[in-house]
Amino acid sequence: MPHINLPEEYPGIRSLFMFSPVTALPLNNLVQTLLHDPATSTLTPGERELIAAYTSSLNECKYCSNTHGAIAKYQLGGNSTVVKDILQQDVANAAISNKLKALLHIAGRVQQSGKSVSEGDIAQAREEGATDREIHDTVLIAAAFCMFNRYVDGLATWAPADDALYDAIGKQRAAEGYMTKPFVVDHPA
Amino acid sequence: MPHIPLNEKLPGITGLLDYRKDTALPIRELTQILLRGPSTLTEGERELIAAVVSHGNECAFCTAAHTAAADVLLNDTTIAEKVKHEPEAAPVSDKMKALLAIARAVQKNGKLVTTAMADEARAHGATDMELHDTVLIAALFSLYNRYVDGLASITPSEPAFYERLAAILKDKGYLPSENRYADL
Repeated sequence: MPHINLPEEYPGIRSLFMFSPVTALPLNNLVQTLLHDPATSTLTPGERELIAAYTSSLNECKYCSNTHGAIAKYQLGGNSTVVKDILQQDVANAAISNKLKALLHIAGRVQQSGKSVSEGDIAQAREEGATDREIHDTVLIAAAFCMFNRYVDGLATWAPADDALYDAIGKQRAAEGYMTKPFVVDHPA
Repeated sequence: MPHIPLNEKLPGITGLLDYRKDTALPIRELTQILLRGPSTLTEGERELIAAVVSHGNECAFCTAAHTAAADVLLNDTTIAEKVKHEPEAAPVSDKMKALLAIARAVQKNGKLVTTAMADEARAHGATDMELHDTVLIAALFSLYNRYVDGLASITPSEPAFYERLAAILKDKGYLPSENRYADL
């Protein structure tokens, strides 16, 4: 049960957006720019969602890892195998570029602590073709999901058990971005 | 040296928020709402949450900046130090002690916040909105600390730098403004 009185028909962060619309607006603007808008980064929306899903899985945030895994799947043209590998933290064997592997490694460091990102981690990403801006965006996405994961779990929001629900949310967010209305779900799913 | 080229005149978070402005804006807006917007927690109490989380993450820049901001807003240079190093002995309300314990749990992982911790805060008068804001402030600084250290931004060693920054945070808040860092 959530630690505060949240509307029951919305899962995860959506219940928090309903509870506090004033903070929901900048939070949604942040992910819209950071993850969804194709023009704001040379990383594709699918790559960015994989970084979000990976960080969330390392933080063991069920709602965020399932949701961003599902969004990544739709952003990657339905590639559920890659998403499964990333959510199982099997970066080495995932069918992704070496550049993205190096960036996911940096994201994993950031999840532990910003201080654990080493010169060697950065050099490796650069060697695989990552730009300064891509390194920046990776660090910020990982840092942002250390925020979102803590917000969602720190208030003990409801994480549905139904995989089909996450898939439906993922399909909607991949198509519409983050600024449209949330799903209403019969509780408990 | 930072991992990416940043404006040398803008150390710590200031250079990062200058590096990519389209993401900086919602981060700044969120911070302004949480730390300076209408709340039943004082601005000083909210800066204490920021300082405690930054201390837990060992982020030297953010810890110094938000300790200095708390000091100036509380008009007392001992409270933030106590809250960071001897939280039980700190001269803050029992409600704040309970909220700061929640913030320290969030700093490690959201799942570590227990029903008992929320009940304890409520028993000392904390509202749902105060619990919400405490968790979100702690979560936001989990972002800031990783952003600042993950890109190895510069941490000035001179204490006076943080006093100047705290004055800006007190007088101008967190939103972008003209010549914001002219006095830095």
